[in-house]
Amino acid sequence: MTALPTSTAKKLGLVIDLDICVGCHACVINCKEWNTSNYGAPLSDQDAYGENPTGTFLNRIHTYEVKQPQKPAQTVHFPKSCLHCEDAPCVTVCPTGASYKREEDGIVLVNESDCIGCGLCAWACPYGARELDVKEGVMKKCTLCVDRIYNENLPEIDREPACVRTCPANARHFGDFADPESDVSRMSAERGGMRLMAEQGTKPVNRYLPPRPKADIQTDSDINILAPFLEPVSETPKGLLGWLDKALEAI
Amino acid sequence: MNHHQPDLDTSPEVSDEIRKTTCYMCACRCGIDVHLKDGKVKYIEGNRDHPINKGVLCAKGSAGIMQHYSPARLQAPMKRVGERGEGKFETISWDEAFDIAVKSLAPIREKAPHKLAFFTGRDQSQSLTSFWAQQFGTPNYAAHGGFCSVNMAAAGIYTMGGAFWEFGVPDWDRTKMFMIFGVAEDHDSNPIKMGLSKLKERGAKIVGVNPVRSGYNAIADEWVGVTPGTDGLFVLAMIHVLLKAGKVDLEYLMRYTNAPMLVNMDESSDEHGLLLRDVHGQFMVQDRVTGAPAAFDQKGVKPVFTGEITYQGTKYTPVFQLMTEKYLSDEYTPEAVAERCGITAETIRRLAAELAHVAFEQEITIDQPWTDWKGEKHQTMTGRPVSFHAMRGISAHSNGFQTCRAIHLLQILLGSVEVPGGMRFKPPYPKPVGIHPTPHSYATPGGPLNGPHLGFPTGPEDLALNASGTPIRIDKAFTWENPLSAHGMMHMVISNAHAGDPYKIDTLFMYMANMAWNSSMNSRGVMDMLTDKDEDGNYVIPNIIYSDAYSSEMVAFADLVLPDTTYLERHDCISLLDRPISEADAICDSIRWPVVEPDRDVRGFQSALIQLGSKLGLPGFVNEDGSEKYKDYADYIVNHERRPGVGPLAGFRNKDGSGKGRGEPNPAQIDKYIENGGFWQDHIPEEALFYKPWNMAYQNWAVERGIFDKPSPYLFSIYVEPIQKFRLAAQGKGELQPPDHLREQLIEAMDPLPVWWAPYEEQSVDCEEYPLHALTQRPAAMYHSWGSQNAWLRQIHGTNPLYVSGEVWVKHSFEEGDWAYVTSHHGKIKVPVVRMDALNPHTVWTWNAIGKRKGAWALDENAPEATKGFLLNHLIHELLPPKGDGLRWSNSDPITGQAAWYDLRVKIEKAPTGDGVSQPETSVQTSPVGQGPKDIAYGEEF
Amino acid sequence: MHPAASVIIFTALSGLGFGLLTFLGLGQPTVTGWSAFAFFFIAFALAVGGLIASTFHLGNPQRAMKAFSQWRTSWLSREGVIAVAALLVMGLYAALLIFADIRIIPLGWLGSALCIAAVFCTSMIYAQLKTVPRWNMPTTPVLFLLYALSGGALLAAQLHIAFFLLIALTLIQVLSWMRGDVSFAVAGHTIETATGLGHLGKVRLLESPHSGENYLTREMVHVIGRKHAVKLRIIAAVCFGLIPIVVLAGFELNHYSVVLIILLHIFGLFISRWLFFAQAEHVVGLYYDKR
Repeated sequence: MTALPTSTAKKLGLVIDLDICVGCHACVINCKEWNTSNYGAPLSDQDAYGENPTGTFLNRIHTYEVKQPQKPAQTVHFPKSCLHCEDAPCVTVCPTGASYKREEDGIVLVNESDCIGCGLCAWACPYGARELDVKEGVMKKCTLCVDRIYNENLPEIDREPACVRTCPANARHFGDFADPESDVSRMSAERGGMRLMAEQGTKPVNRYLPPRPKADIQTDSDINILAPFLEPVSETPKGLLGWLDKALEAI
Repeated sequence: MNHHQPDLDTSPEVSDEIRKTTCYMCACRCGIDVHLKDGKVKYIEGNRDHPINKGVLCAKGSAGIMQHYSPARLQAPMKRVGERGEGKFETISWDEAFDIAVKSLAPIREKAPHKLAFFTGRDQSQSLTSFWAQQFGTPNYAAHGGFCSVNMAAAGIYTMGGAFWEFGVPDWDRTKMFMIFGVAEDHDSNPIKMGLSKLKERGAKIVGVNPVRSGYNAIADEWVGVTPGTDGLFVLAMIHVLLKAGKVDLEYLMRYTNAPMLVNMDESSDEHGLLLRDVHGQFMVQDRVTGAPAAFDQKGVKPVFTGEITYQGTKYTPVFQLMTEKYLSDEYTPEAVAERCGITAETIRRLAAELAHVAFEQEITIDQPWTDWKGEKHQTMTGRPVSFHAMRGISAHSNGFQTCRAIHLLQILLGSVEVPGGMRFKPPYPKPVGIHPTPHSYATPGGPLNGPHLGFPTGPEDLALNASGTPIRIDKAFTWENPLSAHGMMHMVISNAHAGDPYKIDTLFMYMANMAWNSSMNSRGVMDMLTDKDEDGNYVIPNIIYSDAYSSEMVAFADLVLPDTTYLERHDCISLLDRPISEADAICDSIRWPVVEPDRDVRGFQSALIQLGSKLGLPGFVNEDGSEKYKDYADYIVNHERRPGVGPLAGFRNKDGSGKGRGEPNPAQIDKYIENGGFWQDHIPEEALFYKPWNMAYQNWAVERGIFDKPSPYLFSIYVEPIQKFRLAAQGKGELQPPDHLREQLIEAMDPLPVWWAPYEEQSVDCEEYPLHALTQRPAAMYHSWGSQNAWLRQIHGTNPLYVSGEVWVKHSFEEGDWAYVTSHHGKIKVPVVRMDALNPHTVWTWNAIGKRKGAWALDENAPEATKGFLLNHLIHELLPPKGDGLRWSNSDPITGQAAWYDLRVKIEKAPTGDGVSQPETSVQTSPVGQGPKDIAYGEEF
Repeated sequence: MHPAASVIIFTALSGLGFGLLTFLGLGQPTVTGWSAFAFFFIAFALAVGGLIASTFHLGNPQRAMKAFSQWRTSWLSREGVIAVAALLVMGLYAALLIFADIRIIPLGWLGSALCIAAVFCTSMIYAQLKTVPRWNMPTTPVLFLLYALSGGALLAAQLHIAFFLLIALTLIQVLSWMRGDVSFAVAGHTIETATGLGHLGKVRLLESPHSGENYLTREMVHVIGRKHAVKLRIIAAVCFGLIPIVVLAGFELNHYSVVLIILLHIFGLFISRWLFFAQAEHVVGLYYDKR
């Protein structure tokens, strides 16, 4: 049934820290690697060694340039995967009931054996989080590694999404947003975690932490605060050397 | 309307078995857990216990499956049947391959061992390959450091016994201000990312100095978009400001550096510019109390930093005074350098002020007593929490060595090397120049070389020159053209061998170095040299043996191809004798082992090399009775001893596995490593964690671990005396004299104090005509040319546009989808362009090594890498533009010979889109392994 | 959005078929025997053909039956259920009419109502999508219904009604194009809201996640051919609306000219439907800095 659950016990999701993401694509590939041989059909690649290679990925990193007039431009790396929305339009449009949101943890999944591959859910998603696998003809999306996070065959420490476990910059965090005390909730509260395209009314669970303000976007007026540190001890080399000599004597 | 959801197995079985080995998707050498299912690799993740990556893994590492099962893997030994470059081969047996190799190499060894040039690329087994070459007896051996990192490595070692890059690491847990110069996504990519994340967590400031704001620079708190090749000026200007304000750590300089040493100021003296020593050879300083020179380490001596002293009729001035006079000159004021560097004077001052503020106002102290090498006890460890890291962006310029020196110098002046919060060494570093070997190049036909090829010259007497003054080495390393070429000059080998300058060779033997493509400057030219024939119709370079795991561009140019394994099928050791993986807190090494067996007729190159060595009867590879000494690389790793008790692997030595660093070979050593997760580490004692060069606890520990044979404390060299010796020679002093045409260059370049000059290409071309700097950067998700055969990674970077600044974009009225001609003094290419505003306005750049030759890497001939991808290499020449003197001036740093890739100057103009194919187009190479499958769905089988 | 042939054929033909069936159910024209057979054959061929075409783009058409299950929440499911119901009811109605010459008027009305509902459901598949502002407008269902009814009226030779329906259709279509052109801006979606980076400045894409295409860019970031949109709109409106209106208003008609008008109308409908997809901009395009 593609009706959304009235509420979910947990709201599992990711915090993605745009301040630290260096855009290395580690999460992209590790996600592909894990998910191509676990939950559901493989993530296939077409024309893999050919002219137009293209394949299914559940997570992709965009790179943006952000610029204000007269200021240096800023580069922001932007990973994007399913945001596991509370009001997930991709679920309710599904004609077969293949798409669903789990009552216990809010994860949005596709039951591939029910999926007819109509693509409507992908159309309904504002974020581009769903990709139809060309080979299997079923819709693929981030499962939040539902086959890892509860997996008793994995050591407890590894029961987190592959992208989170692999991220070298620690830019991705996994947790329960329903718990205001969880790390992800606190991080999001402290750093002004953003919901993407809030105007779509999808209530995404995943939050993005905005880049912290850059020093070079500010001005060199900071120099005034630190100016005392650069007060020349003397205007002449000779005077300086004399000062040094005294300073050394004191050691 | 109840919610209904299917039952789900949330605990599926992950794999049958996990095997822990070392990644080789780049040079980072992270620990990986390889999950196997039904004998196939199912999943690769980071090893949580591993000292390098602590569980994380990058895109390359995670794409290892696709590399391991790449369709471009070579299947068996091959012998060329077509013309060179065509890619036509016949499969042969290993026996035949060895026969061919022995027939070619054995006579060379007997008659003229220098006719073999053996150079290796991105391998991590230089301790073996150099040993092999030494036993063969050819002087012509090096790895790829000459076009990679030698400026950094040599500058670091000559200055302070280790460099930022590979030998050092910022104290990520304590540093409060971190400046990262010229670092693209590269090794140590995971440790750097992890470190930056720690800094962010603690709110430390990160300053990225790079013409391009990508990767690490994108997340830096401040981006300094420096103009390429001017970092040295920028740093020296900060030094100017700091010196002027007295913001240097005088106590640190006094205790740990040669700042107070006395420099001979008598221009007529044969020792002009050299340091004053006593009769025991000990450096002397002027004692503050007596006013007289005294050995610097004499008890109670407090040195003077300034002034002048006459001793035995000669005038001497302390290093510190010389340095101060030099950098206080007006040419280093922020205002003087601002325009050239593309950084405002205010920014230079502010950054210097911030450095001073953090270094001197936010000092950190650890309650940890320690004892220095003079026996003096210290109650605490004090740190200045400023640290730097620098890499190829600094290194790959013709002024790179001195620029690297300048950055190391700044770090030293702030007193922040080997202190809490500063830059720290990773054992076996610190290691001063004196502990390293000097270069050896004396060959006797039929016998081994007289010592290791590579090393650190301490004066002209260490150069690799014949009595007649001609270069001994084919690459002209360790000659007056580039005296301190400590890593050799692989980029000159083919060019010199083709030109017969200094001589012709017989066999070129290379491993894992794509010299016919992205690993060479002037790729087109190199392809021509490799295929060029003399008037008799013979190839100018007669024999080429090449080993690679994949069908690279270089394979097509080989006469004999030795197929290597993938990294999951091989034995390897990441050895302390080579490029170690240690951390600042621990000594570490690691192994690779065949976590899956090869399904092809391939052998690990190192095993093949060892087998070839024994077939050639090389000492060290055969027993006294001439029988094979080592079966394969694994056997060598365990049983080879470089010095008694010291071998390739430091861990689990002795029969019982108790030996750390030292101990007799342990037949079960590799099993022990496997048991331990593929690596070994041994933590440095608490009291030895900092001040390593001067800390007795560290020195003693290092001796116990086999790093040194005796404690080797030393002082940092603000003033590098060996460099001055070359300058002195250029000034006419001493018996060994440079050729006249090099004197001027040597006098300028061989400055014992860091100095800056405009990059050579800039000096020799018309900068009005070529107004732009052109760079390449390595993307985070690709390593050299390897990535394009990887079905997953090539989807990320299947093409590489040329990024141009907003200024250039507007000036040339570029629009989305446009193409441009990019022209240098050497060549012209046609490439797609993309706008990037977060870029130094005078710079264009692209991703490195995406462009491919048609037919290579088992890709379709129309693969985007071959049609839209391109190499900047076509624009870069291995030589500088002719100066009219008939000489071949290499496009390299004049001190180390490092290839000056980043000196490239270009002009750009709009090009018609035409067929939308990048130029130059190269011919198609036949793929000896066919083309990869159309569609794949990896994981179906599980 | 990618103007896939399957969805264009599906929406256009099924609309026409259900439009014709609507009129047949209402007894306009009142037909019997072979003539009834001919009309119903055309109607069913169009409706069923359209529905079959809709399965061409499915990844797993063999599971299509599952699509009838989610009628409570999914417009696509509702469309399937109601279309089948409409076809069954109209099938029964037609069979009785053709073979037994029995016309059960309420059954016809029920069938007509279901046909209209089916077209409405089809339209709602698109109109419900907030992600495509050009579709997410009240004019979308109105348009779909008007296309179905005016085409149906032409096919049913109800030329008088067709005349007025075509006028309404043309007006609403023009209005819809005009509103559609600003719908994206009105909805307020920008690359800045998509990325949340607007507070830092003007955002633009520097590097796409992958250098090649992917499912999203193929399916939802279709920008090819839009530059001809104005020309195509004029051609479409002239064909599906203006010429038929003028001809219906002022010319003596025979069978041939009616067939010609119908073909012209259908031609215009296809162009308009191509534009409906090709001009639709999905918000995901913002992440690719393309719309």
